[in-house]
Amino acid sequence: MKALVAVKRVVDANVKVRVKADNTGVDLTNVKMSINPFCEIAVEEAVRLKEKGVVSEIVVVSIGEKKAEEQIRSAMALGADRGILVETSDEIGALEVAKILKGVVEQEKPELILLGKQAIDDDSNQVGQMLGALLGVGQGTFASEVKVDGGKVQVTREIDGGLQTVELSLPAIITTDLRLNEPRYAALPNIMKARKKPLEAKTPADYGVATGTKLKTVKVEAPAERKAGVQVKSVDELIDKLKNEAKVI
Amino acid sequence: MSILVLAEHDNKTLNGATLNVVAAAQKIGGDITVLVAGEAAQAVAEQAAKVAGVSKVLLADNAAYAHQLAENVASLVADIAKGGYKYVLAASTTTGKNILPRVAALLDVSQITDIIAVENANTFKRPIYAGNAIATVQSDETIIVGTVRTTAFDPVAAEGGSATVETVGEVKDAGISTFINEEIVKLDRPELAAARIVVSGGRGVGSGENYHTVLDPLADKLGAAQGASRAAVDAGFVPNDFQVGQTGKIVAPDLYVAVGISGAIQHLAGMKDSKVIVAINKDEEAPINSVADYWLVGDLNTVVPELVSKL
Repeated sequence: MKALVAVKRVVDANVKVRVKADNTGVDLTNVKMSINPFCEIAVEEAVRLKEKGVVSEIVVVSIGEKKAEEQIRSAMALGADRGILVETSDEIGALEVAKILKGVVEQEKPELILLGKQAIDDDSNQVGQMLGALLGVGQGTFASEVKVDGGKVQVTREIDGGLQTVELSLPAIITTDLRLNEPRYAALPNIMKARKKPLEAKTPADYGVATGTKLKTVKVEAPAERKAGVQVKSVDELIDKLKNEAKVI
Repeated sequence: MSILVLAEHDNKTLNGATLNVVAAAQKIGGDITVLVAGEAAQAVAEQAAKVAGVSKVLLADNAAYAHQLAENVASLVADIAKGGYKYVLAASTTTGKNILPRVAALLDVSQITDIIAVENANTFKRPIYAGNAIATVQSDETIIVGTVRTTAFDPVAAEGGSATVETVGEVKDAGISTFINEEIVKLDRPELAAARIVVSGGRGVGSGENYHTVLDPLADKLGAAQGASRAAVDAGFVPNDFQVGQTGKIVAPDLYVAVGISGAIQHLAGMKDSKVIVAINKDEEAPINSVADYWLVGDLNTVVPELVSKL
């Protein structure tokens, strides 16, 4: 079966971001960019399913600026077979992303659609669910285990009280949680090979989707700073501070 | 203006998170309806009817909603919302996050995740970049769909209201998903997201056994819930629902005690709104110290037992 994986180019998880002085957004000039960690887990899961013989082809798609090609190439270095870049430099919301992905799915007809559970920049946690609604297919969100069996997939989901397992008819959407797997490192020969894999260029208009969003960001601010704390030298001092100064115990 | 709130429950008890969402709905202002979708959930509807500020409760009682499968519940919520609601809200729990974006897409509108403040009827604040920036967003959609970060709103009273309960006969069963089973971790301690005190352990505690040997007595003494960093969960010390952070639970207790936690960005995103933060760590340079009100440098294996004995 064919698997489609959506990946997003985001600021690297280890970067401490700074809010721009004019409060229009976060300063991303000269900041290291990477593939979103949850998307990387989605790619890894697709590759493992391919290694097990469940999946025969992995198509990776990204939506955004031209530079997102780098993230598609990294996904190919991990084992994806070919890529689609839906290029746009406009602002684009989660709903619009889901609509473009719907167009891609209708063209590619994958049985498994894998996404990360959330992007670490906007922290929305929406695209997979929205895509599920638009396609009218089932969703296994926050997956920590995926088992494909015939025309069905069993997904173990991380929920607030523990774990829940659901069974979905294929095609289905899976969004990955951190514990699903540990992504591999791309070996140099694979990185070289990934350069030669096919990468198709598309635009949102190819799927009849207009960019933009009805969710306008009015302002972006730094969060309130915490007052600097103090180092205590002993357990007695700590207890004294908690009882008499902070009054929390 | 009318607001539809999706109740969070286990078919028996209304989850406290719903009270925080009703509080957020009150900040927006308008008539508040709570939808209870479940199976044999009459008791939940009765509890919801008593919640202060709620004017109506809708009960959709059917096997299709027993396990809150997003495919079924979302199409029910979207259908009800089309009947004249201006807002659809749910808690930013795994259930709310699973269902609401699906509702939004069915209504063809954008969604706002993790509302932490209501500026006015269509403008809200939400954290982005793991809480390292706060975005003010304005929704120009006809129906505003959003999930509410419960720790950002004080809950309304669970008693005092007298809403009417109406039954929804409509059944939406998409037939594309089936519940198989659930493994719920049984705890004697307070629930993590709602606890007044949280004791959390990180990689520094060394092992699952040591996590319990060292931290259980402290949590017991303080009547605290227990949490963990992602590192401790990934190392298998404790189950994943202990995880506090950007990708785990967001907590804001009165007191957060971080033991053997270095304080990665992803962890801080889940606890830095706590009133008082205490860090116990052997590393003087640990990033956690920069957000801690009090930090103590020392070996947690001696410091924590000493703390327990002196409390």
